[in-house]
Amino acid sequence: MFAYEFMTNAFAAAGIVAVVSGVVGYFLVMRGQTFAGHALSHIGFAGATGAGLIGLAPLWGLLGFTLAAGIVMGALSDRISNRDIAIGIVLSLALGFGLLFLHYYTSFATQATALLFGNVLAVDRGMIATLAVLGAITIAALAAIMRPLIFATLQPELAEAKGVPMRFISTAFLAIVALAVSECAQIVGVLLVFTLMVGPPAAAQRVTTGLWSGLILSAALALAEAWFGIAIAYYTDWPVSFCIAMLSAVGYFVCLSLPQRHLSRAHSST
Amino acid sequence: MTAVVELDHATIKIGGRTVLADASFAIKHGEFIGVLGPNGAGKTTLMRSILGLLPPSAGSLRVFGHTPRCGDRTIGYLPQLRTVLPDLRVRGLDFIGASLHGERWGVPHLSHHDRHMIEQTLAAVGARELAGRPLSQMSGGERQRLLLAQALIGNPKLLLLDEPLISLDARHQEVAIEVVRRVCRERGITVLFSAHELNQLLPAIDRVLYLGNGQAVLGTVDEVVTAPVLSRLYRTEIEVIRAGGHIFVMSHGSDVERADDHVHEHGDHDHGHHH
Ligand SMILES: Nc1ncnc2c1ncn2[C@@H]1O[C@H](COP(=O)(O)OP(=O)(O)O)[C@@H](O)[C@H]1O
Ligand SMILES: [Mg+2]
Repeated sequence: MFAYEFMTNAFAAAGIVAVVSGVVGYFLVMRGQTFAGHALSHIGFAGATGAGLIGLAPLWGLLGFTLAAGIVMGALSDRISNRDIAIGIVLSLALGFGLLFLHYYTSFATQATALLFGNVLAVDRGMIATLAVLGAITIAALAAIMRPLIFATLQPELAEAKGVPMRFISTAFLAIVALAVSECAQIVGVLLVFTLMVGPPAAAQRVTTGLWSGLILSAALALAEAWFGIAIAYYTDWPVSFCIAMLSAVGYFVCLSLPQRHLSRAHSST
Repeated sequence: MTAVVELDHATIKIGGRTVLADASFAIKHGEFIGVLGPNGAGKTTLMRSILGLLPPSAGSLRVFGHTPRCGDRTIGYLPQLRTVLPDLRVRGLDFIGASLHGERWGVPHLSHHDRHMIEQTLAAVGARELAGRPLSQMSGGERQRLLLAQALIGNPKLLLLDEPLISLDARHQEVAIEVVRRVCRERGITVLFSAHELNQLLPAIDRVLYLGNGQAVLGTVDEVVTAPVLSRLYRTEIEVIRAGGHIFVMSHGSDVERADDHVHEHGDHDHGHHH
């Protein structure tokens, strides 16, 4: 299976994206903002189709729209980002616009499925390089704000009193999520970003309570699900995104059904 | 010696409401102050002002002789609103660790020294075993002890505890008061401890700061918890009845503290407690 370039490309791209998704998703789940992540991906769909309409690569439209939306949501954080109804309405509207843009778009059907459900087997070297650079930026930005982000997530009242710039943190975080969503959509499509951004971290949080162990497990699960998903797709001829979605669900429910353990020693791995 | 907290004709406003008008008082070093007053009297707002989150609109507020600023490490704080995400599977050590240098940029990292400090402080409040337990598995009382330990970390000189007794049963309330008093005596920490019920605090406190009706009265229990003073603060006729070492603050025949508690149960913003 590694004899084909499209397969090695797929593995490389999915690997980069899975790790980024698993890491960023870990904080998304911790903050209880998964719905905001979902909304960003739908808004990205409108961006991607809109970009196609004016002759740009869908990735740039996706990036532009999700980033703008992430920053706006962060800036309005108290008023909007945790309000499911407002987010739900905006994401439906975005999906509607996406459809409108598609309507005027010539290569309608193939583009639509690729955007909605991903098309990892069509990834080329240029895209891998782009994903690697975007991924590095995403992780670096996350690392820069990680400590205050965790503090602001766990104890917002105290963090505010300690001088953490709350508004900036929540805005920066949603911008980071926007980047991750854009990358993730390249692999599994806008409708299935949950499979890599929510499934693995949620599963990881079921089995470990340490911060670093959770992060590593989340990234490892996402990576395993992405790679095995591609492998299964290769041998069965099922769509890749379906295989990844299935593994993500299996991973989550298996972890859910495991007996809840906790580390009884404070000084074991952090 | 300069006062730990000193208000001089301070007016504190929030969202257009005047919470304190022209208030003056001074809290001395090492005092254990019970902060009392009906709901909405401004206990939380006053603490936020002391933290530097809400400067007075008139007059002055000084902490250790200076204008307070956010992030002052000499102040330990246990907020009243304690957002605890319901399904938070983060263990105690990481939870506290996140707050330790939480305002710094970069990746979280606990040094050996930090870890030692956390474990020591947990031990001081009798919560050593909570370091390894996930928050989602802690009872309300255990979480409270964890938060108390957190407020004590870094050897603060002033401790602001905003309703730390909420969601504790009577026995745990007593334990919590006792722990705070012991640790703070040992370390010479000045404490502002807000609560709904005066009686549990009686054995621990040096003085009371009673808030209400835009005013603040600081003094000993005997000076402050009297019918004339409280009638002024509650803006209604108050009777104070002392019996068997307890003090009952009554308004028209019913206990205002209990009435308050009742209101509080319903308007409670505390997401952390279990029913
Ligand atoms: N963010 C806010 N915006 C407007 N009003 C507020 C805000 N926070 C508190 N208040 C008002 O300030 C008053 C004091 O509130 P608070 O300090 O929480 O009282 P307490 O802690 O004694 O119950 C209340 O009337 C409350 O409604
Ligand atoms: Mg309050």
